[in-house]
Order: sequence, then structure tokens, then C-alpha cells
Amino acid sequence: MTDQPKTAGPAPDGVTPLRSGLSPRKRQQISRAVQYVVLAAVVVFLALTIEWGKLGENFTKGEVAAETLPALFTIALKNTIIYSVGGFVFAFLFGLLFALMRMSSVRPYRWIAVTYIEIFRGLPAVLIFLFILFLPLALPGFEVPGGTYGQGILGLAVVGSAYMAETLRAGLQAVPKGQMEAARSLGMSHTRSMVSIVIPQAIRIVIPPTTNQFVALLKDSSLVLFLGVSGEYVELTKFGNDMASTFANATPILVVGVTYLLVTIPLGYLASRLEKRQARGR
Amino acid sequence: MTPVSQAVNHAVEIRDLHKSFGKLQVLKGIDFAVDPGQVVCVIGPSGSGKSTLLRCVNLLEEPTSGRVVVNGVELTHRDVDIDAARRGVGMVFQQFNLFPHMTALQNVMIAQRRVLKRDKAEAERIARENLEKVGIAEKCDSYPAQLSGGQQQRVAIARALAMSPALMLFDEPTSALDPELVGDVLTVMRKLAEEGMTMLVVTHEMAFARDVADRVVFMDGGVIVEDGTPEQVIGAPRNERTQTFLRRVLDPTHTDV
Repeated sequence: MTDQPKTAGPAPDGVTPLRSGLSPRKRQQISRAVQYVVLAAVVVFLALTIEWGKLGENFTKGEVAAETLPALFTIALKNTIIYSVGGFVFAFLFGLLFALMRMSSVRPYRWIAVTYIEIFRGLPAVLIFLFILFLPLALPGFEVPGGTYGQGILGLAVVGSAYMAETLRAGLQAVPKGQMEAARSLGMSHTRSMVSIVIPQAIRIVIPPTTNQFVALLKDSSLVLFLGVSGEYVELTKFGNDMASTFANATPILVVGVTYLLVTIPLGYLASRLEKRQARGR
Repeated sequence: MTPVSQAVNHAVEIRDLHKSFGKLQVLKGIDFAVDPGQVVCVIGPSGSGKSTLLRCVNLLEEPTSGRVVVNGVELTHRDVDIDAARRGVGMVFQQFNLFPHMTALQNVMIAQRRVLKRDKAEAERIARENLEKVGIAEKCDSYPAQLSGGQQQRVAIARALAMSPALMLFDEPTSALDPELVGDVLTVMRKLAEEGMTMLVVTHEMAFARDVADRVVFMDGGVIVEDGTPEQVIGAPRNERTQTFLRRVLDPTHTDV
């Protein structure tokens, strides 16, 4: 319907464009005007229907926000970072181990790695935290080393390592085959070639996706909530939730949300910078 | 225990070498030897198996059957220490394969340090000597991405030479280079040849083969078709396949029939 009907007679000099009705330029202008009108209508509607006073009272109450300090940073953010960084370090190490196992020439290693990766990528992270919570029931006398921190870090490491294994495998496979051949032709053993030549390059390749994975892990650290942590072990989400209950006000949730963004947005920005830099190099 | 062959007088000795990739037979029985100090150029159409032959000489490809003896060590022996054997054989690749995360100097030092366990000062001295030899001493601190193809290939040659190999393998070392950079690399190779390095070179550079090689080997279809001096093989080829190949290479616009 938007097709342009051809004009009946051919233009005598072949210069006049075949056009009837609205020009494409005109149609574009109209389409854009419609979009602006819709946007304005939605804004007006929201402005009139929402009770701004009540919303502000509930989400941005200054006194309540002030109550979150300094524990917001000294306890909650600190713990979020401890859980995420700890989880990330172990996720990276075990991810590398599983990536290498997945590429191993020993078949059972490949099976183990594939099984692990498929299982823990396919499960919701919450479920893994619940598993950890009930672990002492299944294994009487067993305790995760490191107490609450240990449990949180273990949960994040289990979730993260499955993803990390796949990312690292992709990175290892992205290193050209000639690199291994050059290293071997110089007399390096397979292991030495991996350690000195292939793995350093693979890590460079996976830095941007890994940064994104760290952000994901940081967000997943909110699931520590399910371990029933309290006191000095609370991380941001649990902290926000507790404070919100105490004051019967949602402001702490908003404050916590902003605190997450203070960390995640710069990291996301860093990841895309690294990605661009990598695209330019090589 | 390193298996030592009786025929220690050859730098490379290959007997009845076969190599298949799945059903595809690439090498169909190669017999050939290189004497110490000899420069042998292997020529032939693409797919003739010449690169595979070269890669079998340091076991980057595992032969399907046959014997490969290099510097008196039988590489095809089951108990061979392949890492040790490869130390004596330098290899230069078509795509250079420099380590991109290291400077030129580090590229030339890494194997000296990790494999030969030379101390840092000695490794660096030897690395600088070799980089100077290939004419890029001033690029020591550059990363491969900052170097031209010709410079990268010369670093790759220096990297192999730093291991003091008794034999150098070149796998189409100039095929990935811009035409104006080919000369620099060939000059380095010619210098090496004049110094008495044993060299096995897979190449399409007929002028280099004619001027520098002691022997030229023409391969086609996984076998050696002709083997002799450059005058014999390039100057007066007897086999029809050699003649056709040379006609195509030396006069690409010429069409047969």
C-alpha cells in the first residue's frame, strides 16, 4: 500500500522521478510527528495520574536515606564486593580448569566438564543457593569453609564457573593454531606452550566478556539473601530489604539500587571500552 | 634414552614416508635426504604435499608410516623426546606466528629462557645478536602488530635462530608478504645459506631456488617427481609435470593447449 504507483506516462527526458502522492521525505516527517505526539500523551497521562507526593514520600525520603549510612558502604557494599570478588576469583580458576578439561584428550575429563557446565548453566542461581543452604542436612557435620562468606562465595563460584568455562574455552579456541605450532616448534612442551603462549592470549581475548560476567555475578550476589545471612554479613539487597522493613519505607531499596549502579555502570562502560580497544588492536 | 640412527651423516633422512588425513592421502611414499650444509628447495603446485612433508620433519604432523631421522635422531621412534628433538630444528611459518603479546625481543627470548634455561642476560644478548643479524635491531621493543610483514618474518627467523638449530625449515616464508617486502626476507635467507646453515625451504620463489639452492625437489600428487640441481630441475626439467608447473609459474599468463 505504501508502494508508489507508477506514473502513467514515461518522463520524456527520463529525469523526473517516478512519484505520486507523498514523497518519502514527507512521510518520514509525518511518522516522526506521530511518535512525538504519542510520547507527549503518555507523559501527560503519568503526570496527572501518579500521586507524586506519595511516591516521593515512599522512595526518596531523606531521613530514611540518611539512616542507611554509613552501614550502606561499610557493611553492605563491602560484603557485596567480598562475595562477588571471591566468587569471581574461584569461578575464574575453576572455569579455566573446566575449560581445559573440556578440551582435554582424556575423554572422561571432557565428560565431567560437559556435565558440570550443562547442569550449572541450566539451573537457576537461586536453586544453587538453596542447595548450599540445605547442604548441612544432607551431609551431617559438613560445613563450608569460611562460614557465611564461604557459602556465598561457593554459590557464586558454582554458578560463575560454568559460564566462565564456556567463555574461556571460546577464548582458548580463538587463539590461532599457529601459535601452538610455533611454540612447539621451538621445543616447548604442550603444557609450557599453553601456559606461556596460549593462555595469556586467551585471557586477553576474554577480558571484555569476563568483565560483563563479573557484573552478572555482582548482581547474583543478591541471592546470598537466601542463605539467611544477618548482621555483619548482609550484602546490599538484604541490607536494603531489612532497612525497608524497619522503616516501612521503600527508600532504602532505591538507595541500594543506586549503589549497585554506581558499580555496574562504570564496569559496563569499562567492558565496552576494552572491547573497542581489542577490536582496534591485532 | 634417545634412539640414534646409524645414518648420522645426513641432516634429514626420510624413508618411505606416508601421511593421510582421513581418507585423503597427502604423502605417498617419500624417500629423500638432506646433507649438512645443504640448501634444498621444495617446489610444486599447491596440494602437492610439500608443506605436509616439511611439517613431518619436525613432527608438527605425525606421519602415518615411514621413518624420519633428523640430526641423527629418529623422530618416528615411539620413545623419542620430541620436545628435545625439535630444539635442533628451527621452523619459519608462512603466517609468521609471532607471539602477539610479546615484543620482538621477548619473542626471541622466551624459548631460550623456558626451553634452554638460559639466564636472562645471556638470552637477551643472543636475542639482540640475532635480531641484528636479520636487520631489525632497532625494532626490539616493538610488538608484532607494529611491524610490517617482512619485519615480522625476520623476527620469526631470529626467534628460530636463537635456539642454535642445526637445521632450518621454511614453509613458504614469503607467500604472505607484500611483493616489495619479499626481498628483505630472501636476503636474510640467502645470508644464512652462505653461512652454511642446513635449510629445507618450501617456496614459490623460483629465482631464489635457482640462485641459492644446492638442490631442488619438485613434488606433485604426494610424491617426489624430480630431484636434482637447480640447473637440472628448473633449467632443464625432464618430467612433463615439472615442465607444465614451471611454465605456469614462470609465465602465469601463458595458457596451455
